[in-house]
Amino acid sequence: MAHTPGSKQVENDIRNTYQWLEDRLPILSFINNSVGSNFMAPRNLNYMWNFGSLAGIALVLQILTGIFLAMHYKPDVAMAFDSIQHIMRDVNWGWLIRNMHMVGASFFFIVVYIHMARGLYYGSYKSPREVLWGIGVIIFLLMMATGFLGYVLPWGQMSYWGATVITNLLSVIPFIGQDIVVWLWGGYSVGDPTLNRFFVLHFVLPFVIVGIVILHIWALHEHGSNNPKGVDLKTKGDYIPFHPYYTIKDVFGLGVYLIPFTFMVFYAPEYLGHTDNNIPADPLVTPAHIVPEWYFLPFYAILRAIPIKELGVLAMFGAIAILLVLPWLDKHPVRSARFRPLYRPLYVLFLMNFVLLGWCGMMPPEGIYVLIAQAATAFYFGFFALLPILSKFEKAKPVPTSI
Amino acid sequence: MSQKPESHDVNDEVALGDVDAERRALLVNATAAFGIAGAACVALPFVSSMNPSRSVKAMATIDVNLTEIPEGEAKTFLWQGKPVFVWHRNAAQIEEARKGDATATLDPAKDADRVQKAEWLVVMGVCTHLGCVPMRGGEFGGWRCPCHGSQFDDSGRVRQGPAGTNLEIPPYRFLDDNTIRVG
Ligand code: HEM
Ligand code: FES
Repeated sequence: MAHTPGSKQVENDIRNTYQWLEDRLPILSFINNSVGSNFMAPRNLNYMWNFGSLAGIALVLQILTGIFLAMHYKPDVAMAFDSIQHIMRDVNWGWLIRNMHMVGASFFFIVVYIHMARGLYYGSYKSPREVLWGIGVIIFLLMMATGFLGYVLPWGQMSYWGATVITNLLSVIPFIGQDIVVWLWGGYSVGDPTLNRFFVLHFVLPFVIVGIVILHIWALHEHGSNNPKGVDLKTKGDYIPFHPYYTIKDVFGLGVYLIPFTFMVFYAPEYLGHTDNNIPADPLVTPAHIVPEWYFLPFYAILRAIPIKELGVLAMFGAIAILLVLPWLDKHPVRSARFRPLYRPLYVLFLMNFVLLGWCGMMPPEGIYVLIAQAATAFYFGFFALLPILSKFEKAKPVPTSI
Repeated sequence: MSQKPESHDVNDEVALGDVDAERRALLVNATAAFGIAGAACVALPFVSSMNPSRSVKAMATIDVNLTEIPEGEAKTFLWQGKPVFVWHRNAAQIEEARKGDATATLDPAKDADRVQKAEWLVVMGVCTHLGCVPMRGGEFGGWRCPCHGSQFDDSGRVRQGPAGTNLEIPPYRFLDDNTIRVG
């Protein structure tokens, strides 16, 4: 946005601070237009709309706790495990910072899963918000990468074997897969060069996520929030200013969120983790039962459900990639599931099935568990396959003309 | 905020007739091509820096003393950061492995082609699915993988997926009757 120099009246009295800064860098009005009283939001948003700002706060918390952890952590296979013990035992409040980072990662994923489920229910991915949704899927992918990289850092048994299994996923790429894996490792197995670069990447990716979150919010502001009724807003009375109405609601939501969060930090910091990660990494012995972090379990179950390596990996990545094309699979004109008598129960089944997949991912890969995982995988993809059919034939209930 | 500045395009100032469009297109394309090629050349050292360094490559061989492995048992050694299984097979196990020549259909291979001496099976202890270390056991005499349930027989051949290929055989040779060098 080039401005013709000198064409505009400029405040030169610095005592008129707001206008003085406005005329040089209009950052305050930018903030006010983005999350302040000049950003208008639908007046009927329910608590499901709290999770976006909660996710933002969770991200900031990870970055802050992470920076302080990084001041004491050593990315060297001979020292990594001990440096975590050092953080837990010797560093002042180190246990608190680490527990916040560990529990924070899990809670971040809980928040983002709810945020995504909200979008799925209210049709927030439909026109004109396809790009907003797509950017969200990319953030989700980056978060998974970051969480995976972070889990490697403590260099316990689960760290090491998780890293081995996940990096080997890339070996299915035809012809160059094996070379790519060696390139990623910087060796012939997961080792010191791997740990060192994973630490660097784990440090950098969250800042990349911040950048992409800014794009996400930019796309959001282009058309504003969707709402529980899923209908476009018509009159001025349909809106209320973001500040103070939603800022106060978000702060209240944050308070509620912090109750279970602090409870976990103080009383159950290891509950969502795995005890085997308190054993130092051993490249000669794979633990009898390896499981990834809980937030990967549904996708891990899909990987294992298919007994052919290439197809399993493809299905696992496909399970996430299919979210990118969701706006083109579901072309039903009604956004909100409230008015879709078929989509609504199907959606509930989809969520239950997703939890079931997570449970399968936790179980040993044998017998009945494999069969259940296969059925659940089929349903996962079946859901998406049904959407184009529903788009054609599902008769919606009467949709209100305004909120 | 200020009013929008009027649209202002350099092309407006030059009468279009003065432009040799073909020549301009050539120059633009050539500049872009050189720019991209240059960027690719600069990227190469950075990409390559992530590949195994010379010190990693230098740890390339190990010698294994075979006398410490009793008949019928397998031991694990670390080579290039990965486990290698050396199995001192007894007569019955060799017999089973040869019978498997006919039934190992996932990735068919003859046992005779997978060993240098029938008593010594040397394979990578790396599951060909996603790289876990298989444990002795399973239904086929060899190993089963704790991660996703692949199974391997007395010759290290895959018998049950998700792994699709046999345990790899590292390069090795007999230095004498009691020693092999891997790598
Ligand atoms: C998207 C945001 C982030 C996520 C999801 C995330 C996730 C994780 C996870 C799951 C762990 C393993 C926890 C454990 O078992 O101990 C971890 C460890 C770690 N992270 Fe992060 N992290 C994030 C941001 C950051 C940032 C911004 C930094 C540094 C600037 C950082 C530095 C570290 C360090 C040093 C460790 C190892 C110490 C430890 O294991 O407690 N993280 N992270
Ligand atoms: S790594 Fe062995 S079965 Fe997957």
